[in-house]
Amino acid sequence: MPTPLHIVVCGGIVPDPLQTLEPAAPNAAFPAQPSLKNEMMLPAVLDPWAAHALFEAAHLSAQVPGSKVWLVSLGPKAKLQQVMMTIAQKAPFELVAIDGPASGFTDAFAAAAALAATIEQIPGLDRGRLLLFGGWESASRGAGSTLQMVGERLGITEQFQGVDRIAARAEGAGFEIMERIEGGRHQVSLLSSPPAVLGWATGYLPEPRNNPQVGMANMRTIMPALQRAKAAAMNGAGPSFASVRLPAVERQTRIVKDMPPEEIAREIVAWMGEE
Amino acid sequence: MGLAVKEAKTEYLRALPGDDVRQILWRFADRFDLQMLVQSARAVARGPVARLVAQGARHTHDWTPEKRTLLQAFDESGITSVFLEPSQGGFIEGPKNLALALVAFELAWVDAGAATGSLAGFLALSPIHERGTPEQRDYYMSRCAPAQPGESREPWRGAFCLTEPLPYVGVETGLLGGKVRVAEWKPGEEPVLEVNKRGRFITNAAFANFVTAAVESDDPRIKGTCMVILEEDDPGTFDHGTPTRKLVHQLSSTGDPIFNLKVPASRMVGGYSIKDGVIVPRYSHGEIIEAVFRRTRVTVGIMTSAKLLSAIEPVIRYQRTRFRGGSIASPGSPRYELGLQLKEDAVERLVEVWATGEASASLGFAAARVFDQLDPLERRRDEVLAERKLSGTAAIKARRQLQKDALEYLSGKRPDLADEVTIQYAILDSVANVLCPACKLWNTGHGAQMMREAVSLMGGYGITEDCPGFLGHKWMDAQLEATYEGPEAVQRRQLSITMADDVFLAQFREWIREMRRVANDKPGTGACALATAMQMWLWTLHHLLHSTDANGQKLYQGARQGVTFPLADALCWLLASRCQILDAIELERKGPENPALAEGLPGLTAFLTDLCHVQAARAAGEVGRICASLVFGYNRHPAWDTEGCAACYQADDLEAMEALIPGIAALARGYVDVIESDGSHVAKAGPCVRSAGLDQFSRLRSRMDGCLTGSQLAKDRAAEALTKVMIPEALDYPA
Ligand SMILES: Cc1cc2nc3c(=O)[nH]c(=O)nc-3n(C[C@H](O)[C@H](O)[C@H](O)COP(=O)(O)OP(=O)(O)OC[C@H]3O[C@@H](n4cnc5c(N)ncnc54)[C@H](O)[C@@H]3O)c2cc1C
Repeated sequence: MPTPLHIVVCGGIVPDPLQTLEPAAPNAAFPAQPSLKNEMMLPAVLDPWAAHALFEAAHLSAQVPGSKVWLVSLGPKAKLQQVMMTIAQKAPFELVAIDGPASGFTDAFAAAAALAATIEQIPGLDRGRLLLFGGWESASRGAGSTLQMVGERLGITEQFQGVDRIAARAEGAGFEIMERIEGGRHQVSLLSSPPAVLGWATGYLPEPRNNPQVGMANMRTIMPALQRAKAAAMNGAGPSFASVRLPAVERQTRIVKDMPPEEIAREIVAWMGEE
Repeated sequence: MGLAVKEAKTEYLRALPGDDVRQILWRFADRFDLQMLVQSARAVARGPVARLVAQGARHTHDWTPEKRTLLQAFDESGITSVFLEPSQGGFIEGPKNLALALVAFELAWVDAGAATGSLAGFLALSPIHERGTPEQRDYYMSRCAPAQPGESREPWRGAFCLTEPLPYVGVETGLLGGKVRVAEWKPGEEPVLEVNKRGRFITNAAFANFVTAAVESDDPRIKGTCMVILEEDDPGTFDHGTPTRKLVHQLSSTGDPIFNLKVPASRMVGGYSIKDGVIVPRYSHGEIIEAVFRRTRVTVGIMTSAKLLSAIEPVIRYQRTRFRGGSIASPGSPRYELGLQLKEDAVERLVEVWATGEASASLGFAAARVFDQLDPLERRRDEVLAERKLSGTAAIKARRQLQKDALEYLSGKRPDLADEVTIQYAILDSVANVLCPACKLWNTGHGAQMMREAVSLMGGYGITEDCPGFLGHKWMDAQLEATYEGPEAVQRRQLSITMADDVFLAQFREWIREMRRVANDKPGTGACALATAMQMWLWTLHHLLHSTDANGQKLYQGARQGVTFPLADALCWLLASRCQILDAIELERKGPENPALAEGLPGLTAFLTDLCHVQAARAAGEVGRICASLVFGYNRHPAWDTEGCAACYQADDLEAMEALIPGIAALARGYVDVIESDGSHVAKAGPCVRSAGLDQFSRLRSRMDGCLTGSQLAKDRAAEALTKVMIPEALDYPA
């Protein structure tokens, strides 16, 4: 029998990707740093990379009886609550919520500190059995630095990034982990035992369907967790932003009539050469 | 030295209202089960359902394997089990009307046929749920529950079979062609019944494993009518029949099944007793259907609301991007950025679509919530009545007393009745009896017309299969929503009875005062115009109840649908507008509690308030038009005959009076028709009408015209907000 695992998934929330995401200078709602236009009003989702991590965690914990999954999330409480209405239906987990900004402009260092401090406080968490999951990057920033720092702060030095698969080996002989490397290939490593940090790429699991029964079970702990959520102290010398703007999309349309296909092809090839 | 003028910055709607807003408006901010259900149903709607529509699954009325996949999607996402109690495999405790309404809303946001398919299963179970025996309930509900992990069983699917081939039942419960007789009745054993029923337009017909069918006795040993449960494996014929060649809701299955089956008498919904050798069903089919439809019709109304609200985003996107690309508009120019939104009419029409969507959703969800309150009350009332064991004249007397007590309680004279279940039930029931048909009638009927407006805002695109948001389908589908579970005439008929009920009217009077108070606290909502329109409606009802037409015929009576039906329509406008205003106020009150809303709340409430105003003005206009035509239209217009001329001045008389009171002749000519000495008069149909006793109405009407002040300004503001609101980059479901 393999030893039951304690899997902690770090996952933030990000605006729904279909929304118009326009950076805005500091304002009344976000005085300290830039934000997105109407950021609080945009529907949010669990960061897609973290979501893969969560689904993988649920999958792994189902294979290793007695295991448990926590989702540690730093974000505005009210937004977290909305996101939970979907995420809670997808996999059994216990939420640990930290109230604070989830914007792409928050400092990864401060976020990592808040996450690590919170994980250290999780009652009943056995650090010897800990697998720390999360996204290898996030849709809000994509710097790929937070999880590594959380791991370092918790003293976990076995770190894997760009993970697409973890498989428990037979007879409790550790885990096989597949990480993305250059050239579209994977590197396979053996992890003899936890603790370890796994920063997930997409994995191979489909998004689980919503199951309100699972959701109702999760809600019993999620709502109290949201009520308990402490505000994270996120001050500290982070980056300062001189200005923020969207990369410009340029469109150069030229209307020409009666141009022979060969001519068009030649122009395209020439243009590609320029790029 | 001048005073510093501080201009308040106008706050505009920043983003389309999201879940946190809807949860407050429709009062489920504290119901996590429902919030999850919404997400779950939405994922099905905008995923598998939308993909099917986009792939052209609606092009056939046949029940295809692709369409069948939806059933599994409903099962897996918890939609199928919404209707069930936790003990039967469900997950929602307590009444489920609001839950079902939310599911219907989410599914119909993409495709109403998908909503119909899921709801039809509940409709099949509803007779059993509302009036079935405990054994029937447990048996069928748990069979319809989707398999739990580890179980390998297909859940049962049901169909509700009332409608029959012409000339028999539509939704009117009168004529039934389906028959039941005793096939075998051995002494001391349960009778075996033979059921013959043909259905027409029956949803879920292609795959139903059981049906709840309305039948009439064709045997002296069975009394009256009843509903029976028929199962696929019963001996005899269970023919799923041919598919209906329908033009709408093609993601659901509809067909004309034929049943000729032998079933035990215990399949009568609600059971039976035996009296003098005759099987007496516990409930007639009419009693069951009434209990069923009064709940399920609300969800149908909600479907059309969802479609109207779903049209906003695609229309805004179409309008804004109309001139992008090519050389006619360069980026940054108003034409490029706003496109058709530069034109006042385009945005103002969209404001009206949106306002209708909000009002109808508010009405629908209010009705659903009333039924959620009513359900437990009903059960407690039934217990109380069962204890009292009243029957015959005693029961009739008690009912009359109840009505009296309810009125006394409402007038504040009997506060001691606050805990009296039967009274509280009667009060709420009278509201439910109005809200349900009103929602079904107005949401779908007027909704269909506004859906056409939405389609027209998309130009030619609107009536193509490529139209984002499937608006063309949604328009056509609305016609079915207006028809099934009772076409508009049936709703109007029901309203013409329930809206004249004194207990309802007592509450309606209080609602008028409530709207005045709202107007006092929040003048911008249009509540004042609405209150005046409500007053006018009430005045008109009383007038019609006690008046006759030019031929001496009573005006307000069942057969006089030309009187009762339009007045029923008028009421719907008022109810929808009232619910919309109450919801907007709720948001203003509760919104600040949600920090996620704080940033955009001022703009959002200002916008929703303007929508209320727009809708209230429209409602007032409709009510004014309808009431005026009813109040005046049944009188005969005076003619230039002896009777008509009797009310006119004679020119000779006026001249004589002029000698006594100089100036009187000119003055009188300004007010009254005058017959000249040669018998001539002004060229028109007859002397102008001066109906005695209608001045009060005329005063109300002119007051109401004044109440419209500011409503167009509200529309202008709302329209401007539509040019500023941020919308997502793309629709979140395929087109
Ligand atoms: C796609 C689809 C699915 C359906 N699903 C089901 C189902 O699952 N189960 C089921 O039992 N039935 C179902 N029906 C049947 C549906 O409920 C009936 O079609 C509907 O109730 C109208 O009945 P009818 O077609 O007989 O119209 P009619 O009763 O003939 O009505 C036609 C018109 O006549 C007028 N009219 C009728 N009665 C009155 C009146 N009293 N006063 C004034 N005017 C009146 C109105 O203008 C009315 O619109 C479905 C129908 C469709 C099209």
